[in-house]
Amino acid sequence: MPMEGDRSARAKLALILFALLLVVTSLVSVMTGPVPLTVATVLDAIFAPETAEQRDLAIVWSVRLPRTVLAILVGGALAFSGALMQGLFRNPLADPGLIGVSAGATFAAIAAIVLGEALLGAAAIIYVLPIGAFLGGLIATITLYLIATRRGRTSVATMLLGGIAIAALMMAASGILIFMSNDQQLRELTFWSLGSLGGASWQKIIAVLPFIALGLALAGGFAGGFNALALGEAEARYLGIPVQLLKRIAIVAVALLTGTAVAVSGSIGFIGIVVPHLLRLAIGPDHRYLLPASVLFGAVLLTCADMVSRTIVAPAELPIGIVTALLGAPFFLWILLRNRNLVDL
Amino acid sequence: MFAAEHVSLRLGKRLVLSDVTLTLARGELVVILGPNGAGKSTLLKTLTGDLIPDAGRVTFDGEPLSGISPRELACARAVLSQSMSLNFPFTVLEVVRLGLEAARGGTQLLSRALNAVGLSGFEGRLYQELSGGEQQRVQLARILCQAWAGKPDGSAFLLLDEPVSNLDIRHQLQTLEAVRRHVEGGGGALMILHDINLAALYADRLVMMAEGRILREGAARDILDRAAILDVYGVDMPVAIAKESGRPFALLNRPG
Repeated sequence: MPMEGDRSARAKLALILFALLLVVTSLVSVMTGPVPLTVATVLDAIFAPETAEQRDLAIVWSVRLPRTVLAILVGGALAFSGALMQGLFRNPLADPGLIGVSAGATFAAIAAIVLGEALLGAAAIIYVLPIGAFLGGLIATITLYLIATRRGRTSVATMLLGGIAIAALMMAASGILIFMSNDQQLRELTFWSLGSLGGASWQKIIAVLPFIALGLALAGGFAGGFNALALGEAEARYLGIPVQLLKRIAIVAVALLTGTAVAVSGSIGFIGIVVPHLLRLAIGPDHRYLLPASVLFGAVLLTCADMVSRTIVAPAELPIGIVTALLGAPFFLWILLRNRNLVDL
Repeated sequence: MFAAEHVSLRLGKRLVLSDVTLTLARGELVVILGPNGAGKSTLLKTLTGDLIPDAGRVTFDGEPLSGISPRELACARAVLSQSMSLNFPFTVLEVVRLGLEAARGGTQLLSRALNAVGLSGFEGRLYQELSGGEQQRVQLARILCQAWAGKPDGSAFLLLDEPVSNLDIRHQLQTLEAVRRHVEGGGGALMILHDINLAALYADRLVMMAEGRILREGAARDILDRAAILDVYGVDMPVAIAKESGRPFALLNRPG
């Protein structure tokens, strides 16, 4: 019998439900498209490819499965890094997309495309891109943390305003690079400003998988420490948490995950703030459950958003960043209104 | 045993502590009294390891603080800070359970700690929705839990910066009784208080500070008199001995 006020049993149940939901959503995602496929066809193509038809195999393996897997990876990475950043800044309003981390990563990604092609050749771009975006996100996160934190106290107002300034600066710098770029590059770059999973391929998945796995593993092992950190840096230290180490790991993991997500899909906003917020309402803020649940639920949400983006104006595609912003921005306003009394700005 | 030896510390240009020596042993409840800006919290923060003194040294059981790992220290002492903000919707139970981060302990510790601060039945309430006084008691329960789990024999230390600042009289007494029980069970406690009478009633030893120095130190009966209060606070208060407790008490008068 769990104690009153202990939500860990509920959280464990939720993790199982989210995992099941993710399986179902992924399946539906692979079934959905210009040529609808049945459950049986999809399962055949995946688990018994020798009996499946060539056409179905091509649709599943070269188009929809890589796209779905990429949606899962990016959605999970974005939601996890949102939850992590909120833990680091001890505030539910911190989000890599809102406060300039994505903008820093985007700038670095654009720089990698425009300058990297000239220096390293087009073939190397796919591998240079995630590293560049990671470094861009890292520099933005560290800068922001240094600006917003004084003597172990993080000012949310400074964080948000500093984030706006960093984002504006990064966008201006990106603008300069876009101005310098050629037509072919320009077409690639438009994709960053709106966000898209359109370019999904197994090659891209293999390029980003190690970064995402590293980011998740690094921070995941310290989940309990973020609960103590919620009380404040000094309090976490009194509780025996190695606070400096925890903060550094969080910053690197946020940069890894956000940077990688930006490198493959451009800037997709609001997943990082909507998902952890909904989960805190459902299972509470305990990071040992919040972080894994964010990965699962973020993956579900982005897979759904991608289905909307592929089908709503078919045969054309609505960039997924527009879909998440249309849903996420009003939601963010709702969070603000709801928390007016609880969040200390 | 905690020991600060000839500790001096500057914050900016101001000399906040000047040549302060203080010990805190197990089985002892020490209360620091003094006006705002006397250096009370700063002294406490040198004992927690938050602030590193410019001169002198701070040791725990003979070892310099810097040589002890955060986890080891967390098992040996628990700290209650003056103010705390929590922006996530944790329940009361989840906050108190954070006291078990350094050393694991059974759930019965959680109930015992909540009971000690009079918050049994509050387990499922959201911390953010409690009153300031209730929040303070939740934090006290958390550090009691940390101390009990850290040293199951009861020998851990409590360092408390104004633990009753938001509490009504009943809960002030309840809190100090809980600390007193901890000390009688073999632990040690250092507290900063503003209420002279509460300090005189519960402390084994009073430490009176002003302007970064310890002016007087000793049992309340020996050192708490009209001259001492005038010295430390610049306030004239008549002092008498209470019949029931045998301890001194001071009365407020309007100045002039």
